[in-house]
Amino acid sequence: MRYAMAIDVKKCVGCSDCVVACQVENNVHHGYCRDWVTETINGTYPQLETEIRSERCNHCDNAPCVRCCPTGASHIADGGIVLVTARKCIGCGACIQSCPYDARYSHPDGHVDKCTFCAHRVEAGQQPACVAVCPTSCMYFGDIDNPYSDISQIMKVRKWKVLAPEAGTRPQIFYLL
Amino acid sequence: MKEELFLSGRMNPNIDPYLNIWHWQIPLYLFLGGLAAGILFFAALYTIRGKAHLMPATVKWATFLVPAALVLGLISLFLDLKHKPFFWQLYTTIRFESPMSWGAWVLMLVTPLSFIWSASYLRETVPSWKWRYRWLESFESWVIKNRPGLSWAMIVLAVILGIYTGILLSAFNARPLWNASILGPLFLVSGLSTGAAVIMWLSKDPAERKLMSKIDLMLIGIELFLIVHLFMGFLASTAVQIDAAGLFLGGQFTLGFWVFVVLLGIIVPGILEIMEIRGYHIPVAVPAILILYGGLLFRFIMVEAGQITRYLY
Repeated sequence: MRYAMAIDVKKCVGCSDCVVACQVENNVHHGYCRDWVTETINGTYPQLETEIRSERCNHCDNAPCVRCCPTGASHIADGGIVLVTARKCIGCGACIQSCPYDARYSHPDGHVDKCTFCAHRVEAGQQPACVAVCPTSCMYFGDIDNPYSDISQIMKVRKWKVLAPEAGTRPQIFYLL
Repeated sequence: MKEELFLSGRMNPNIDPYLNIWHWQIPLYLFLGGLAAGILFFAALYTIRGKAHLMPATVKWATFLVPAALVLGLISLFLDLKHKPFFWQLYTTIRFESPMSWGAWVLMLVTPLSFIWSASYLRETVPSWKWRYRWLESFESWVIKNRPGLSWAMIVLAVILGIYTGILLSAFNARPLWNASILGPLFLVSGLSTGAAVIMWLSKDPAERKLMSKIDLMLIGIELFLIVHLFMGFLASTAVQIDAAGLFLGGQFTLGFWVFVVLLGIIVPGILEIMEIRGYHIPVAVPAILILYGGLLFRFIMVEAGQITRYLY
């Protein structure tokens, strides 16, 4: 089983509902965010192209944050979800330095914090909060090892990309183009 | 044109607008660790070669600074931790994939060794010194008898400690400026050079001072060669590494690096050492202080600049 997320950049309108849903669901400390929305504008006026992406931890297959963690606080849980055990984390910052997506931050309590793919909801058979709340239904979450899951089906018929593949981390957030 | 912006806003403290999670503690530790590695390396080298009696500053006086440097370094590492009450978790596991983990374990071995080493020279340096317990005296005579054996352990640990200060950074592929395997050897050589500078400064024996001065000169040559290679590697690499090199080749760190590190901290002391060897009278403190200053600033600039370099946005 391998959890992953596919996000349709053609359908995303950049409303930031996913960001607020995450902050509410996970009690994210004020001034912090585990996911964010990026807008890229390419081209020369009037030929401009806009791409809007909801971004978060990529729950990489080859996760540098897990590799460099000196205590094993950063680990890969069931389904490939990258998690941090707060009581094992010493707050050294190695994982923050190692993330090419800058998806981690230092929680005000000292330990490192990040997107968990809403593991507590996923375990209960629900979608992550950001996916569940998306008003345009542009996000697909599920098991990409299962060829019949929604995410596997949509990735079969659409072109997709990942962010910074050259960093070699094998990210598991796919952007449908 | 390509413009990227955060629609939802993202202002995670110390992450945005650019990464700044490591402050003064890490470069200070990298400097002190390199310095300690340098001094221990030369102390062990000349003990192994049986020249300890000719090199009192190398094997004896300078090594008294090592425990202090390592303890200060450990304190500064501890101050860097953001989840301090859990620091002991470092020593509940060994993770070979994590440079920080084996760095922590090497420090755990090298720090007591440096204490034992300098303590074994205490009675020789301070004749009035007396150990309070008999077992300490017998342990001291065991250490003195086994110095050559301990030196082998010390030289290996010193090299690992010195090279680790660079590997700690080079293992982070997300920071293009750090992600160069030459950083390990470069930090090792820089650490050895600062160690040689301290020995040179402490030495009262002209022959020893001249030898350390010559060794330091050679290390300066290697260091310059490695720095040139580092930038050659960046410029021949991917876009993110070319951008990283750009910070030093016209970017915001150009002046700081080339003038205050390379010129004042490496080339000028090198020229002063050549003049000294040629017979000009130069106070030894001047090149020594310049090298120490250059080594410290080099690490500050590398840590600061490396955090600015990134893959996205």
